[in-house]
Amino acid sequence: MQEAVSITEARRWGAPSPPILAVNNIEVVYNHVILVLKGVSLSVPKGEIVALLGANGAGKTTTLKAISNLLQSERGEVTKGSIVFDEAEVQALTPNELVRRGCIQVMEGRRCFAHLTVEENLLTGAFTRRDGSAEIKRDLELVYSYFPRLRERRAALAGFTSGGEQQMCSIGRALMSRPKMILLDEPSMGLAPQVVDEIFTIVSNLNQTSGVSFLLAEQNTNMALNFARYGYILENGRVVMDGEAAALRDNEDVKEFYLGIAEGKRKSFREGKHYKRRKRWLA
Amino acid sequence: MLFFVETVISGLLAGVMYSLVALGFVLIFKASGVFNFAQGVMALFAGLTLAGFLSGTVPFTHQINPALAMPPWLAILATVGVMILLAILIERLVLRHLINQEPIILFMMTLGLAYVLEGAGDLLWGSDVKVLDLGLPSGASDWLLDNYGLYVDKLEVVAAVVAAVLVAVLAIFFQRTRIGRALRAVADDHQAALSVGISLNTIWAIVWAAAGIVALVAGIMWGAKSGIQFSLSLIALKALPVLILGGFDSVPGAIVGGLIIGVGEKVAEVYLGPFVGGAIENWFAYMLALAFLLVRPEGLFGEKIIRRV
Ligand SMILES: Nc1ncnc2c1ncn2[C@@H]1O[C@H](COP(=O)(O)OP(=O)(O)OP(=O)(O)O)[C@@H](O)[C@H]1O
Ligand SMILES: [Mg+2]
Repeated sequence: MQEAVSITEARRWGAPSPPILAVNNIEVVYNHVILVLKGVSLSVPKGEIVALLGANGAGKTTTLKAISNLLQSERGEVTKGSIVFDEAEVQALTPNELVRRGCIQVMEGRRCFAHLTVEENLLTGAFTRRDGSAEIKRDLELVYSYFPRLRERRAALAGFTSGGEQQMCSIGRALMSRPKMILLDEPSMGLAPQVVDEIFTIVSNLNQTSGVSFLLAEQNTNMALNFARYGYILENGRVVMDGEAAALRDNEDVKEFYLGIAEGKRKSFREGKHYKRRKRWLA
Repeated sequence: MLFFVETVISGLLAGVMYSLVALGFVLIFKASGVFNFAQGVMALFAGLTLAGFLSGTVPFTHQINPALAMPPWLAILATVGVMILLAILIERLVLRHLINQEPIILFMMTLGLAYVLEGAGDLLWGSDVKVLDLGLPSGASDWLLDNYGLYVDKLEVVAAVVAAVLVAVLAIFFQRTRIGRALRAVADDHQAALSVGISLNTIWAIVWAAAGIVALVAGIMWGAKSGIQFSLSLIALKALPVLILGGFDSVPGAIVGGLIIGVGEKVAEVYLGPFVGGAIENWFAYMLALAFLLVRPEGLFGEKIIRRV
């Protein structure tokens, strides 16, 4: 109900377009008892990069999996709230249908298929497509043009490629589905700074040239805020702050707790002097 | 020397049967991690269905109506259809509801499935031993007998050729097709496969159908030799040592493991049997498997775990 209102409202007020993704006050429970997300709301405008920041265990991955509907296979469940992707209710769709509609997740930890070659990995990304092998081949070339290193390694088993190449392979694989939106979970994890830089640059290029929207979960706050337009900060399953990336970068608390530019000795973000708890989307 | 060659050949050909059954196991295990205890019964069920179609048996009544008898090619196609339908039913009615369960629960499910299928086979087609006459060649191969003095049953040669073709077709299917690629992806990382939009339900139905067709081939070969009867379902027990030897997730392992066990059994029976009072054939496979478990628990061809950070 709520999201339907907000979408029509957005139109009435002449906003450029409805967000491609709207998450409204969701709660997620694992194993029927462990409450992990306690009312998370966020939205991603079409064609933008939005960052989802937070420390270990804050609930970033859980949020992304709720959106791509992959929670089920981990005994997780959205018990409250709603998620709308491209005007469709996500909870009613299978991951297969979501990918078909253009929403795909690149999972944390570069989950390439280790015993498939790089090229085979990329091709599995086109599994849901029905537009023929010529189109798929063209997109394969496109992915290779974004990631020239993958072309060199196309015949290698993905399990034997480097971490950076695996990350590129996972992103390339997602691209092969012709997505409108990619949920990118910690692409920087365990990678050398230059490689991280390379990957973020490509992501940003992709966003600008092909208009793919990104929801980017990251612990590397600095990097993420450099590339994203907007950011949400998650703590303990709640959004504790959100704003334009530039504003977040300049925020004293963000500087202190996430960018490591310390000034005081406070223990928690919650005690920050600029921090005001905002209840969002109270239902 | 000639006798030894004959022993080895007959062992190889018996091994082909074990390989076929083991292959059915491997397909399902690779794609879903389920140890399918019902694989042997699936061979029995497929064999019974085929024999029923061939003879024109009316299901449930056990009456034979010759007007319904199908020619071999049609009967085989119809049985393939039944096995595919069975796979879809198993996926819809059972697997789908057991998603995320412990492996032991899925194993128990296949135990139950074995009994259900056995009962269904009885109900539909009757429990008497059936002859399966597909017009396959049988008897000694004259050519081998005349030129080399070797006694080899033609039927077993046919079985070997069919098995080889089946393996080649499966290999091409796995390596070259979109679905085959998806199957391997699921075997590698089913969560990641889900994340790129591969539907696990579809994949499971497909592997169970493939395993059903492999079971049909095994049922045909075994049935042509010794008739379709309940003991067919027991060859599943022989597949276990084959799997331990070859590795649970390896198609070539299932083939080579089956051949090794087949040959080992026969050779041991003939050359060691007399010293221990015979009947080695019954337990040799299990001893070999046990020895293997101690030395190489992942099997000869168990998928190498790629470790890289
Ligand atoms: N399958 C699961 N079952 C139970 N609890 C889970 C499960 N997955 C995650 N959790 C819990 O949910 C909380 C949030 O985890 P999540 O993986 O979403 O965090 P994250 O922000 O992605 O952290 P990281 O930066 O370490 O990836 C953690 O406390 C975690 O222990
Ligand atoms: Mg995470």
